[in-house]
Amino acid sequence: MRVMAQMAMVMNLDKCIGCHTCSVTCKQAWTNRTGVEYVWFNNVETRPGQGYPRQYQDQDKWKGGWTLTKRGKLTLRTGSRLQRLLKIFANPDLPTVSDYYDPWTYDYSNLLGSPPSDTTPVARPKSLITGDNTKVTWGANWDDDLGSGPEQVGKDPLLERLSEKVKLEFEETFMFYLPRICEHCLNPSCAASCPSGAIYKRSEDGIVLVDQDKCRGWRQCVTGCPYKKIYFNHKTGKAEKCTFCYPRVEVGIPTVCSETCVGRLRYIGVMLYDADKVLEAASVEDPKDLYPSQLGVFLNPHDPRVIAEAERAGIRPEWIQAAQDSPIYKLIVDYQLALPLHPEYRTMPMVWYVPPLSPMVDALTETGHDGENAGNLFGAIDALRIPTEYLAELFTAGEIGPVRASLQRLAAMRSHMRSVNLGEEPDPEIAKSVRLKKGEIEAMYRLLAIAKYEDRY
Amino acid sequence: MRVGKYFNKGEQSADNRTLHQIGGRSADDFYRDRWAHDKVVRSTHGVNCTGSCSWKIYVKDGVITWESQQTDYPSVGSDKPEYEPRGCPRGASFSWYTYSPARVRYPYIRGVLVEMYREAKERLKDPVLAWADIVDDPEKSKRYKSSRGKGGFVRAEWWEAAEIAAAAHVHTIKKYGPDRVAGFSPIPAMSMVSHAVGARFISLIGGSMLSFYDWYADLPVASPQVFGDQTDVPESADWFDAGYLIMWGSNVPVTRTPDAHYMTEARYRGQKVVVVSPDYADNTKFADEWLPAHPGTDGALAMSMGHVILKEFFVDRETPQFLSYVKQYTDLPFLVTLDEHGDTFVPGKFLTAADLGDTSEAAESRTVLLDGDGNPYVPGGSLGHRFAKSGMGKWNLDLEGVDPQLTLYGSDDAAAISLPRFDTDQPTIVTRGVPTKIVAGKRVTTVFDLMLAQYSVGRDGLPGDWPTGFDDASQPNTPAWQEAITGVPAKQAARIAHEFAENAEKSGGRSMILMGAGTNHWFHSDQIYRSFFTLTLLTGCQGVNGGGWAHYVGQEKCRPVTGWATLAFAADWQRPARQMQGTIYWYLATDQWRYDPFTSEVMASPLAGGKFAGRTAADNIALASRLGWMPTYPTFNRNPLDLADEAERLGKSGVDHVVDGLKTGHLRFACEDPDAPENFPRVLTVWRANLLGSSAKGNEYFLRHLLGTDSNVAADDKYGIRPQDVTWREEAPVGKLDLLLSLDFRMTSTTLFSDIVLPAATWYEKHDLSSTDMHPFVHAFSPAISPPWETKTDFEAFHRIARGFSWLAEKHLGVRKDIIAMPLIHDTNDATAQPGGRVLDWKAGECEPIPGKTMPRLVVVERDYPAVAEKMAALGPMVEAVGLTTKGVTTHPDAEVEYLRGVNGVVASGVAAGRPSLAKDTHAAEAILSLSGTTNGRLAVEGFEALERRTGTKLADLAAEHEGKRITFADTQARPVPVITSPEWSGSETGGRRYSPFTINVERLKPWHTLTGRQHFYLDHDWMVELGEQLPIFRPPLDMTALFNEPNVGDVGKDGVTVRFLTPHSKWSIHSAYQDNLYMLTLSRGGQAIWMSDVDAAKIGVKDNDWIECINRNGVVNARAIVSHRMPEGTVFMYHAQDRAIDVPRTEKTGKRGGIHNALTRLMIKPSHLIGGYAQQSFALNYHGPTGNQRDEVTTIRRRSQEVEY
Repeated sequence: MRVMAQMAMVMNLDKCIGCHTCSVTCKQAWTNRTGVEYVWFNNVETRPGQGYPRQYQDQDKWKGGWTLTKRGKLTLRTGSRLQRLLKIFANPDLPTVSDYYDPWTYDYSNLLGSPPSDTTPVARPKSLITGDNTKVTWGANWDDDLGSGPEQVGKDPLLERLSEKVKLEFEETFMFYLPRICEHCLNPSCAASCPSGAIYKRSEDGIVLVDQDKCRGWRQCVTGCPYKKIYFNHKTGKAEKCTFCYPRVEVGIPTVCSETCVGRLRYIGVMLYDADKVLEAASVEDPKDLYPSQLGVFLNPHDPRVIAEAERAGIRPEWIQAAQDSPIYKLIVDYQLALPLHPEYRTMPMVWYVPPLSPMVDALTETGHDGENAGNLFGAIDALRIPTEYLAELFTAGEIGPVRASLQRLAAMRSHMRSVNLGEEPDPEIAKSVRLKKGEIEAMYRLLAIAKYEDRY
Repeated sequence: MRVGKYFNKGEQSADNRTLHQIGGRSADDFYRDRWAHDKVVRSTHGVNCTGSCSWKIYVKDGVITWESQQTDYPSVGSDKPEYEPRGCPRGASFSWYTYSPARVRYPYIRGVLVEMYREAKERLKDPVLAWADIVDDPEKSKRYKSSRGKGGFVRAEWWEAAEIAAAAHVHTIKKYGPDRVAGFSPIPAMSMVSHAVGARFISLIGGSMLSFYDWYADLPVASPQVFGDQTDVPESADWFDAGYLIMWGSNVPVTRTPDAHYMTEARYRGQKVVVVSPDYADNTKFADEWLPAHPGTDGALAMSMGHVILKEFFVDRETPQFLSYVKQYTDLPFLVTLDEHGDTFVPGKFLTAADLGDTSEAAESRTVLLDGDGNPYVPGGSLGHRFAKSGMGKWNLDLEGVDPQLTLYGSDDAAAISLPRFDTDQPTIVTRGVPTKIVAGKRVTTVFDLMLAQYSVGRDGLPGDWPTGFDDASQPNTPAWQEAITGVPAKQAARIAHEFAENAEKSGGRSMILMGAGTNHWFHSDQIYRSFFTLTLLTGCQGVNGGGWAHYVGQEKCRPVTGWATLAFAADWQRPARQMQGTIYWYLATDQWRYDPFTSEVMASPLAGGKFAGRTAADNIALASRLGWMPTYPTFNRNPLDLADEAERLGKSGVDHVVDGLKTGHLRFACEDPDAPENFPRVLTVWRANLLGSSAKGNEYFLRHLLGTDSNVAADDKYGIRPQDVTWREEAPVGKLDLLLSLDFRMTSTTLFSDIVLPAATWYEKHDLSSTDMHPFVHAFSPAISPPWETKTDFEAFHRIARGFSWLAEKHLGVRKDIIAMPLIHDTNDATAQPGGRVLDWKAGECEPIPGKTMPRLVVVERDYPAVAEKMAALGPMVEAVGLTTKGVTTHPDAEVEYLRGVNGVVASGVAAGRPSLAKDTHAAEAILSLSGTTNGRLAVEGFEALERRTGTKLADLAAEHEGKRITFADTQARPVPVITSPEWSGSETGGRRYSPFTINVERLKPWHTLTGRQHFYLDHDWMVELGEQLPIFRPPLDMTALFNEPNVGDVGKDGVTVRFLTPHSKWSIHSAYQDNLYMLTLSRGGQAIWMSDVDAAKIGVKDNDWIECINRNGVVNARAIVSHRMPEGTVFMYHAQDRAIDVPRTEKTGKRGGIHNALTRLMIKPSHLIGGYAQQSFALNYHGPTGNQRDEVTTIRRRSQEVEY
């Protein structure tokens, strides 16, 4: 056992209102400079949708992350080192700026500076790259709220993988939001892709950073990251990425994106994990086993053996304490509400998500049932407007079980708490049906609903 | 990596997969440096948004770098989520404006104007004469007015810009009168000082401040109608208390972003969430059920839900807690007379004590119910007890043990009544029956019995037509009936209604409806809202934490309202101030009244008495003005200063002189001839607002008639119906306004069309105060940096203009007398002026013109024009000498004036010698806080004690816990501070509870400010009868084909497909940032866009991001299409306030710049909104008045050439 500590995040998508405050505060703090105009360390995408950059989840196209060789050995999807070396000057798997979007501004000065004219002055769009007049044809969030409809939303790579075709029609509409930052993976393919060794994972907190002095701008990391969360600064010629706000985290302040998250859906905490197990966990054969195998890497911070090993590994007592108090650990391990994003990329991502509920009673009403009633709860989940299959493609490599279990716990909590809310005795069967005790379900409620500042971070 | 290991130090894993290094962190310094800053300042965003979020503004090297939300709100309790963090992406991107290329850095004047001015001033040596030389010369005047909005600004010096502005004001007052000057600035709560300083200047000179809440159509007129209150809603933390939540036309994640978490989190308490929305809106994601009602049909759904609740919880089974609630807190047990109408009856007036033979004071305003024995009983608490001497101690809801009869059912004297219905092609009549009784010689029934008849809930033995069940679609208001109208399945509607009531029963009234622009911006929104209120009232949810209505659009809560109003309307120096109803003002000023090809009869009930026959909306306005219902400024066709002089010369009082003039016809109301040059509005100042890029419904009419520049109006006024009482001039005037002055920090349509633009400080560059109804705190703006370049705070700018004005006034104005016509005002005894709501027109000889009774109150005030600047900068003596009155409660802040002398300092000399200073913005903030009960416990207690004397109930204890607490400006700069329970509002925060409206009414038996003192289902004003709207009723959206000959929705013709045109609030611009913000443009589509369904897009061959052209009679819009399957067929959204300044091409139709969302809309005036002088239907600013609604509009859309020109 080699105990290491990881700063990690859980986002409760069931609370995400898609407001993009996180994106804006992050952008303002970190990337409102030349060279990174198109860069959003934090972005929020509407699902279904193509995401940012477009169709980044299509690894057949972008070749991000790891894959298993025929012999079951973990290897970068881009192929062998030699193959990558040959492509180092003309990497075909690299998104262009247009795959993100061509950043633009406006000729704002014309509004005051316009000479007398025959109509009202206007500010035309200007390319931020060339300075010329431009047309706005794609953006960082083009398909927000299902904008661009069946034509573009239909190009969501996940939709293709569903067994039953999703109808993009008014009556069948569903959507939810997916905020994304760097995953600060336990097994980062970006770092492994870097020919210069410029990307490193900090030993004390697991934050993955690009050494700005060492980076030579090969951009192999951009290809290597399956989440496309490493960006190329075209002014400095170096790679940049989300830093988990280490200058803040180091002094005990949460990341900008989480503190400013007005939906109050982000949780930050420490996870202890066994570094010796990472490779094995990332190498399990069936991608559907990657979620449980990653769970198996995490160490119980209350376990005296883990504590002893952690102390031996030089992890400070306050970090062990933080791991014990970690809301992340509760959400990931205790309640098993949170799930990893695309475990099939085999990077062991460390930003996890609680899947979203969505209108579910609709489907049941025709039968005259109230989806709120405990008896109908689980039937209701299979009737969610958001197909659970879609969620499973995001979080569990297509395995529906864990998604359903998580949603069932959320629904059970609602049902249990409704009784408490109305001063009635909760039906003990509800908690039992999701394998939680009354006290646990109520503690879970406090963590998710009351969610005080000090409990989130 | 295998190769790399020879070059890189560190420990590599055996599989070569990872490399562990321990090393320095010097490579990370870049981001560490980036995070560094010198200071963090607390501020917020000051207009438009009611979020009132406290922000940290980061400053490095004297430059504002970015902002993030404060997280230090005082706790709302261990069992609730907190308010941290508050703020949305709009707010988070606000600092972009500070150094943006769109920033207005210097004063600007249109070149053609400033050249003429300089020439004239050189020649005439006097700024006022120079201004007169230009505006009085038709050719010169046309020259600069027709250039408005067409570029050509030149940079000017502050002194010159301020001088021209001051000269324009002086000239206008001198020549036309002070009521030809107006100011527009909305939402004072969001920056009270910035609002108050300009309003104070306008008020001191006798100009009129224009209302905005009704003008924005955000005022729910149903609120004054039902509650007698402008708008009072729960703070968002109270959503968490609800057990059942319907979001109805309120897209909370977008429009109440910082509050939305209370909704998402309350679900975890088992709150059921239902969304009613025509599209798959952002909030639908959180709903347990989605009811996609067709746009504008929400009233039908709500009526059917009311039907279900009345049937299941009142008739089939009597729910004790609902019955006791409606008996005590609503007008349901009160008696209404029935008037004969052919073979049947129609509902008439409330029975009053006067009908019972009581001849004492205010007996006509005391309503009657039957006690348990069936005897008439006149309970306390009605309007007749509110102001009369004999009502002292009796204005309360205590029924003294009487159990009112809710229904007369069981009496053997049933009668058939006729009721209108509007859901059919032509309005028709239905016949129903009610039990009746003869009381004092009149046939009466109860409001409850009328409600059952109106809602089609039958009882055995009553005459009339009744539905056979919920599935009977032939009778209005059943679930099956609504299904045909709304598209919502009947069973679902019935079930939601049942659940809503059942939850209320189980939870003690904790069922809540969040409602907003989606349901409130319609022409008949008052009826939609009354049908919503029915649901919350019948189930006992109003006045309960976690229950009732929660209206969130444009609503605000200026918590320290008394202090703000005192400063804003200069009530410390002189009273009253001119306060003008915005919609009326714009409707007349922009000549939209000329384009109505119908009379108000089109809205009348089939049971109407013909009162609207031949009358246009302009006629109704003229009537409302002369009867004292609504203000109209400009008021008379003469300068009110000259009228006062003339009266003095004639040795008469000003009041008599005006009344005589009106009687003889020598004097007319200006609104009876709005197109006469002497009646034009002449000078308008806009600050903290973007009138022409946002709220100006009928935008193109503004450009044509008010401003006199190019417009895209296609309508022709030759089809306009000629009014009866209002003069029609063959030639419609263009360019009525002489000066449009704006103060802003960015370029908007308003600044683009202004004559003078003054550079304003942003919200991060000034001191101010903010509060909201969304949370219970007051907090501060503080300057993170000084105003850069030549920008100035609104506070400084207006003081500068005032000094210039006072200096020019020495020569041109001096001390004058001014005659103000005041409408009959709500929350004063004026509300008893026209009992029974009977319309008597003195001009038609139906009564005598008696000021304050049958016509406006006339008040003569002295205006010391040269002293305006001095008065502005000091707190006047009327504060303690007369006292300050808010909602009928008067306090005398003498100790506070003394305190302000200490903290603000004392004025040394001049007209304000010895008075507390208001020379700085911090002084004004301090004054606002100390003069209000919410922020000064002593005044809260004093106010409650005054109220106790009137109600005879215990109230002062509500504020006693904070009697010694006085919130100072420094407190608000340190941290958001919770406010104190005060009679200024209807809810209680005592003991740290969450704010919910009307909890004081319910718990302390304090009456509502209505006729009965209870919440009203029934309204008996003559005009309500005329409209058939005495009770809640479904009225469909206006038929634009019938009214204006627009194509039908769904038609496809050569101009494209015709669709319903809705303008909801945008995700990327409303509130604390505007559409021009580069971050918001980057995250959205980068310019004007219209959302349409893929089905409609296919009809006209439009693909996503294609340019489209939208036309109707009002204007033209060119925008990009956003095609999405989340939109229903037949409806498009053009999100609110996407200005024409950003990437808007020339239109194909006219070759001119395309318009804004409101280029396709126009004003329509609903007669009932004009009602005044009667109980809760009395005027107060932003309280009661016609709305500038715009939702009923349609447009035709086609794909335009994709090669656009700018």
